[in-house]
Amino acid sequence: MKPRNPQNRKLVDLSIRLLSGAAALFGIAMLTWILGTVILKGAGSINWEFFTELPAPPGLPGGGLANAILGTLYITFLAVLIGVPIGLAAGIWLAEFGKDSKLAEAVRFGSNLLMGTPSIIIGVFVFVILVATTGHFSGVAGAIALAIIMLPVVARTAEDMLVLVPSALREAALALGVPRWKATLGVVFCAAKTGLLTGTLLAIARVSGETAPLLFTALNSPYWPSTVNEPTANLTVTIYNYAMSPYDDWQALAWGASLLIAVSVLGTTVLTRTILWYRSR
Amino acid sequence: MLKQKNNMFDPLFRWTTLGGSLVVLVLVAGILLTLINGALPSLEKFGVGFLFSQEWNPAINEYGALSSVYGTLVSTLIAMLIAVPLSLVIALFLVELAPPGISRVVGGAIELLAAIPSIIYGMWGLFVFAPFLADHVQPKLAAIAPGLPFFTGPPMGIGMLSAGIILALMILPFITSVTRDVFQMVPSVVKESAYGMGSTTWEVTRKVTVPYGIQGVVGACFLGLGRAIGETMAVTFVIGNSHEISASLFSAANSIASTLANEFTEAADDVYLAALIELGLVLFGVTLVLQIIARWWLRRTAKKMGAVR
Repeated sequence: MKPRNPQNRKLVDLSIRLLSGAAALFGIAMLTWILGTVILKGAGSINWEFFTELPAPPGLPGGGLANAILGTLYITFLAVLIGVPIGLAAGIWLAEFGKDSKLAEAVRFGSNLLMGTPSIIIGVFVFVILVATTGHFSGVAGAIALAIIMLPVVARTAEDMLVLVPSALREAALALGVPRWKATLGVVFCAAKTGLLTGTLLAIARVSGETAPLLFTALNSPYWPSTVNEPTANLTVTIYNYAMSPYDDWQALAWGASLLIAVSVLGTTVLTRTILWYRSR
Repeated sequence: MLKQKNNMFDPLFRWTTLGGSLVVLVLVAGILLTLINGALPSLEKFGVGFLFSQEWNPAINEYGALSSVYGTLVSTLIAMLIAVPLSLVIALFLVELAPPGISRVVGGAIELLAAIPSIIYGMWGLFVFAPFLADHVQPKLAAIAPGLPFFTGPPMGIGMLSAGIILALMILPFITSVTRDVFQMVPSVVKESAYGMGSTTWEVTRKVTVPYGIQGVVGACFLGLGRAIGETMAVTFVIGNSHEISASLFSAANSIASTLANEFTEAADDVYLAALIELGLVLFGVTLVLQIIARWWLRRTAKKMGAVR
């Protein structure tokens, strides 16, 4: 083998180092660009009316997105109510009973598939089974779509967190004559509570920014959310509708809503990541 | 007496939690069957030709998936072409070059890109990035390569190119984080022996780290691909939503997901709705296959490298 010029090798090495540093900087620059835009354009729309008033017709001053904020909270809350218990149950079964069995492997594989399913497909699925059959869009259909997206995330994080609990704790509880269900819910859950909580929060953060599954389930509405059986206002679909509208004041409201969504989703994500990181040390 | 009562709850607990697990499997099967069933009118009317017809005309009730499939593939291809090399060098930076403190901060920032909701990318893409592309990038591309059909037509900003670039940003964090993990799995003894022979950082990466982790990197690319193919809102905002197939990357196009997002609530006719659901079925099928390949591949790699995953 011919010896190569060390100068050239060093030069190539240096340029790759610079390139990789530049790529990392590029990533951070894009993050700053996106977040900076959202803050600059959104901050102007955030005021008292934004949180308290219904949207005004285009051209009229004032107006806010109070109905959409309330609707998003309401749909997300319903989704948590449906998705989290089922997800936790699945996580418990995987960690405590299923373990390495064939069925448990199938469930893990299924939840990976579900996690990788595009959220718009979940929207289509819920539309066909709930909206097309009942004949109307509804907040509860939107909540179910979000719950389906949360379910595999909650199940897998719950499993991971429960598996981390030392078996000695389980055995100690069982040796005292505590029944299995009490040992799991009282002892194992307690030991894993921070992990379970952060996992659930991450899942909530993920779904609260979702738009595609709500487009044809919850739809949108210019009114206050009242019952679960009618189209329900929500922030993300409102952003989509207002951004596509030709009115400047609606677009400004869309930026305000984007800022609100970005702050809450990223805030929750960063907070939970930090908690997890401190715990893992 | 008390003991018996307690024992009754244990099987109940076990069956309830099993029920929660089965919901997952029922959902996967349910989605597949629902989509197939919903697509039946379209499947019967258009058959296999659905995939190869460019027609998309609600007025005469003729539908074909070709332009949507084409748009999905091309925008994903652009995204992969940009995101894969970029992710590789960023992962290299995080694992080999940066001091641990900086690596953690930069890695965290890159991961934050994944946490930004898709609709925010859409807003930024439509109002900020697409105009930027039209003013500063597209005229230059057209000037650099005047003969190429990819870079012709008016620089509108909105279109295939901006959709591809924004998709690249969205999948970048996924590929980077898996690649970083894979690079970290390479035993340091192997790397150190290469350094000991006088190799430079790049030579160690190219000849030791990448060949050692190549399978993991490929798996990461599959995961990114799966994400990009199904991404909806960001693409819907910037792709322009046109059912015309054009060789130019500057022109408006559509993808399966963007067509669903745009037209689903408008579909009054049964065949129209069925055609849209069939588009969804195509998308679901493709992501299922990609997921299965990716998981199988990553698991095989992990086993080979003796890591618990």
